[in-house]
Amino acid sequence: MLAFIVRRALQAIGVLLAVGIIAFAMFRFAGDPVNQIVSIDTPAAEREQVRRSLGLDDPVPVQMARYLVRTAQGDFGVSYQFRQPVSDLLAERMPATLELALCATIFATVFGVLMGVYSGLKRDSVLAKVFQTISLIGISLPTFLIGILLIYLFAVTLGWLPSYGRGDTVQLGWWSTGLLTGSGLKALIMPSITLGLFQMTLIMRIVRAEMLEVLRTDYIKFARARGLTTRAIHFGHALKNTLVPVITIVGLQFGSVIAFAIITETVFQWPGMGLLFVQAVQNVDIPIMAAYLMLVALIFVAINLAVDILYTVVDPRLRTTIRQPT
Amino acid sequence: MSVLHPVLSVRDLRVEFVTRRGILKAIDGISFDIAKGEVLGVVGESGAGKSVTGSAVIGLIDPPGRIAGGEIHLSGMRIDNLPPEEMRRVRGKRIGMIFQDPLTSLNPLYRVSEQLIETIRTHTNLSASAARKRAIDLLAEVGIPAPDKRIDSYPHEFSGGMRQRVVIALALCAEPELIIADEPTTALDVSVQAQIISLLKRLGREHGTAIMLVTHDMGVIAETADRVAVMYAGRIAEIGPVRDVVQNPLHPYAKGLMGAIPSLENDSSERLVQIPGSMPRLSAIPPGCPFNPRCPNVFDRCRVERPDPIQHSEHRVACHLYDQSPVRSEAVA
Ligand SMILES: Nc1ncnc2c1ncn2[C@@H]1O[C@H](COP(=O)(O)OP(=O)(O)OP(=O)(O)O)[C@@H](O)[C@H]1O
Ligand SMILES: [Mg+2]
Repeated sequence: MLAFIVRRALQAIGVLLAVGIIAFAMFRFAGDPVNQIVSIDTPAAEREQVRRSLGLDDPVPVQMARYLVRTAQGDFGVSYQFRQPVSDLLAERMPATLELALCATIFATVFGVLMGVYSGLKRDSVLAKVFQTISLIGISLPTFLIGILLIYLFAVTLGWLPSYGRGDTVQLGWWSTGLLTGSGLKALIMPSITLGLFQMTLIMRIVRAEMLEVLRTDYIKFARARGLTTRAIHFGHALKNTLVPVITIVGLQFGSVIAFAIITETVFQWPGMGLLFVQAVQNVDIPIMAAYLMLVALIFVAINLAVDILYTVVDPRLRTTIRQPT
Repeated sequence: MSVLHPVLSVRDLRVEFVTRRGILKAIDGISFDIAKGEVLGVVGESGAGKSVTGSAVIGLIDPPGRIAGGEIHLSGMRIDNLPPEEMRRVRGKRIGMIFQDPLTSLNPLYRVSEQLIETIRTHTNLSASAARKRAIDLLAEVGIPAPDKRIDSYPHEFSGGMRQRVVIALALCAEPELIIADEPTTALDVSVQAQIISLLKRLGREHGTAIMLVTHDMGVIAETADRVAVMYAGRIAEIGPVRDVVQNPLHPYAKGLMGAIPSLENDSSERLVQIPGSMPRLSAIPPGCPFNPRCPNVFDRCRVERPDPIQHSEHRVACHLYDQSPVRSEAVA
């Protein structure tokens, strides 16, 4: 088990290194950073001075090594637009994005599993057909359109929910949370649904298909032949066996949820990392873009690792295979 | 009550599957009894309806299948028309079922202890610790060494033969009156097969359990069963005491089937007797006797009139060859 984790951690470091090199390349090929810092009428001598002070006259490998070392220490440089350390900017915006992603994932998981189980068990019922239709809409409509429709309905027409922003937040150390105030929670509803809808339909479809599959297995037949109650069979024996793919999806999609938060955050003017990234793209703020890239990669890699470990918790068969790889 | 009634009594059972291409009669009027402590072997080609018969008895015919007629009695109590919840309480408690493949019969995500205790507590009022104790006793009874240590293992940590023992323990949880074993050894190594069969036989004897043993292995039948039923195309061609049916089969199909058993005395160069042709599909069962296209003794009557089971010495055989009633013969002529 430990060897497995170490092996996966090494792979993770490899991935991050590759992403780091790509991020570094962005600096090299997206124009001269000095131009971004100084104004147009700065004399050439002064430009050289800036260039040297930033270490940009060193050989490329040295610059790259320096960049990677700094990045590993959490130092992503200074934002061109805000003249603030990028790490501070990200730390400030991260809670908003993570809270949104978490709520969206919880929404997607809870409703996805419930709807999936229901339509797997009662696949000919009317409600199951309704769920199938909803899932088709969720998969085919683009996120921004769903967001705009929700805003039109619940913010503009009915006036129940705020159309933009996070509402009131409470500061817990460096973490600003919207989960502790009424307006903060209200503000979370529509963005979470918008962001989580695709994942919800995905989870629902997987749980449904998996449930149908599991209900056909011999061990379910044998469980019925032993006279276990329908509830024990469906929710004990069958549901647990559908969990492995659900964990995969929830886990792997959490990374996508964070990455796709860019669109939702733009639609709802949600003050998270995604919005920061969009602004950075508009202003060619490469340190922020590079840092965001690294951060998303880190999150993906961390989630992958967590998912692999979670598998072994659910499925005892994997514990032995991991201990003795063949 | 059980003195008067056989443990299992099936009367004119019919099972149908409603499909797009019409109604398929998978079981078409079969009757048999199994007495306390008796082992009834059920043999027949693939698709003869052996498994469907077992499923019907335990009440697990799922749509599009349905019991279309007949009655099933368990120790005198009619069970084929019980409400689902009452039938659930019969399953596992009064009838135990063992399936072919021990590798897939156990839920891979639960410990053996969890599956045993869950089953025991579903059918009894035992406390969790008493149920655990009973689970350990059961594992010991089915011959699992060091059951108190092995009980908390997961199914994949057992070998195939050991898993089938666990499956048998699960079927025995509530001391059922009847065990239906559907090809319990087919998926196992030859060396393990004999152990599992003798285990079943011993358990049946010790507890007086009636056993319906479905198998393709005539050797197993000859050694284990008290009586044997030969099924063909959803009907019982012949049923009788195992010695008689194996050594002196009456029905031409049974003769063919018994002739097809390799015998130790036979010269190994001697070719196995094969029954020419194959069993008809359910959608194309010929009129009259379903075996008539393959029967070496076929005559006109077989092609038009369905043979009813006739008592002939110890056997009951569904074949016109043994029908001496003149009235019937005239009707055909
Ligand atoms: N769900 C179903 N739908 C339609 N037909 C079915 C269904 N289940 C079984 N049958 C049909 O019922 C007939 C009897 O099947 P059964 O499984 O009882 O055969 P069997 O004697 O157990 O054969 P085997 O030796 O291969 O196990 C077969 O012709 C099969 O096609
Ligand atoms: Mg079968």
